[in-house]
Amino acid sequence: MKIKSIDELRKIKEQYQDFVQLRKQGEGNSEHVEVLVGMATCGISSGARETLNAFVTQLAKEKIVGAKVISVGCIGYCHAEPTVQINIKGQKPILYGNVTEANVSKIIEQHIKGGKPVEDLVLQVDFERA
Amino acid sequence: MEGIRTHILVCGGTGCMASESEKVIKNLGLILKAREYKEEVKIVQTGCFGFCEQGPIVKIEPDDVFYVRVSPKDAKDIIDEHVIKGRIVERLLYKEPSNENTINKQEDIPFYKKQLRIALRNCGLINPEDIYEYIALGGYEALGKALTEMTKDAVLDEVKKSGLRGRGGGGFPTGLKWEITKKQESDVKFIICNADEGDPGAFMDRSILEGDPHAVLEAMAIGAYVIGADKGIIYIRAEYPLAIERLNIALKQARDVGLLGKNIFGTNFNFDIDIKFGAGAFVCGEETALINSCEGKRGEPNYKPPYPAEKGYWGHPTCVNNVETFANITAIINRGAQWFASIGTEKSKGTKVFALAGKINNVGLVEVPMGITLREIIYDIGGGIQGGRKFKALQTGGPSGGVLTEDNLDTKIDYDSLIEIGSMMGSGGMIVMDEKDNMVNIAKFYLEFTMDESCGRCTPCRIGTKRMYEILNKITSKKGTMADLDALKQLCYMIKDSSLCGLGQTAPNPVISTMKHFWHEYLAFIKDVDHPQGEGKYVPKNKIGIKS
Repeated sequence: MKIKSIDELRKIKEQYQDFVQLRKQGEGNSEHVEVLVGMATCGISSGARETLNAFVTQLAKEKIVGAKVISVGCIGYCHAEPTVQINIKGQKPILYGNVTEANVSKIIEQHIKGGKPVEDLVLQVDFERA
Repeated sequence: MEGIRTHILVCGGTGCMASESEKVIKNLGLILKAREYKEEVKIVQTGCFGFCEQGPIVKIEPDDVFYVRVSPKDAKDIIDEHVIKGRIVERLLYKEPSNENTINKQEDIPFYKKQLRIALRNCGLINPEDIYEYIALGGYEALGKALTEMTKDAVLDEVKKSGLRGRGGGGFPTGLKWEITKKQESDVKFIICNADEGDPGAFMDRSILEGDPHAVLEAMAIGAYVIGADKGIIYIRAEYPLAIERLNIALKQARDVGLLGKNIFGTNFNFDIDIKFGAGAFVCGEETALINSCEGKRGEPNYKPPYPAEKGYWGHPTCVNNVETFANITAIINRGAQWFASIGTEKSKGTKVFALAGKINNVGLVEVPMGITLREIIYDIGGGIQGGRKFKALQTGGPSGGVLTEDNLDTKIDYDSLIEIGSMMGSGGMIVMDEKDNMVNIAKFYLEFTMDESCGRCTPCRIGTKRMYEILNKITSKKGTMADLDALKQLCYMIKDSSLCGLGQTAPNPVISTMKHFWHEYLAFIKDVDHPQGEGKYVPKNKIGIKS
């Protein structure tokens, strides 16, 4: 396809933006929303991989560019896998348990977009981090 | 495209490829496939990250984890541990040499902290073989803006106001060069990209062409629009096969989408680019020699004037700019001259890419704002001298430059300050010497290079450098006398004053500057005929030293 105007160029730019966005997000500042998905053996066996991919796909669909999805190791809540932690700058991190694919859209809608944690999925964190 | 959650960026610069980064990519791909993660994870071969010392570099995004010295064997752990299970592979992280602390993120590594990347903005970020990645990051918008929204004079004005100066070494104002070529009345004009990078130890231009070829193509088109050319040439040495390959891919892709060719962006501007190969002669970096070589003649310089801007390629007005100069143009058009001019010093704006080499811990490619001190480059970015030894000298400007010593470490570097302290910016090679290096041998090394590279057209350079080399050889084999030192010094100034082109005029510089700063090392080689106290123990009896 030939690009014949600057508008056509910008259209192509938009089309491919999501694709490189993943890399741009990595650049430093933590103004983004971070979605940490527990991807240890127990997490994966309970479907964390599907959860993670659901986050990636739905965030892209909603065009939420400020959020990055990162796979992390085991957090110790094996009984509640898959676990997902949402970090929003300036707020206390929220840890969710039993985040199946079906719960992903709820978290995106209510928490990431709306700013209100999905209470019935929240795990109480009762340990201190060093 | 959709559903990709992780990008694995692997450096595909020449340095990392020499340490098997291609095998790393192959292994990563095979393991991803075996584990059935191919749909979610993408491997991207990028241009140079600059941190060549620690190559091959692998970066995982969006996690922002920076792995160094990744061997093909490590691919398994990166996939199984990091990508699948989210556990960082600690042993592949960068360790600070001073305290063994590991660092996860690229921007936390001291090597990157003081850098400001304009010319290298896309190197290590995009796949240079995919025009769409370049477009996604704003590529070709500057060209579109220039062609459809700006007059030629407006574009020229931006470049002039930015204060950009030629990055090939001379530091001639780029806007002025464009203006002179633009003013010439001629139906046929040319724009040439000088990618004949010949300084020993310099690899800035190569890395830009390998990592972000479209940035150069786009800027050439912008330059062509301003000066009124419809044809461009990239003159590149045949020793850069990877850069040539990526340029060819970039050219094809740009033509396919109509960003090169006829009626670009629907305007009546036509432009296309040819690649010409050089055989690797140093002198062909000089613009008149380069043009001769492009025309198929011997790569020898001509008298100036007439300058190429008046009479260049086949007698037509021609504008010759360096790769790194071009790499700055699109950023200037996109972000404005004011932004660019806010970086750097009073007379040198923007940034400069340097290739750090020699006895320094972090060998690699760095881009720093003008006005940074040498100390910051060597100790903060470069990580100090290898093996904890003492810094002795730094050669900038390649074989045309001079040595800088400890006294110069706090000089804020730009085009003018470097000339003031007896060296030059040059194209950006920086070779670091430590206490173990003998400066006479260093001078001899550079002289051997220029002697070899002298094209032979003018006598002072052809014969003079040969004689200088012979005298230096005599000195370093401890057969020299004080008379030889005098002759050497005379030759220096004679060659400097009477050579035809820049090569000869600057060839004696390494000798002049080492004589100035390390006279005692020359003396140590001299056998004193009148007072035979043995070698290395000469006590100067009168001041025959260099004018100081």
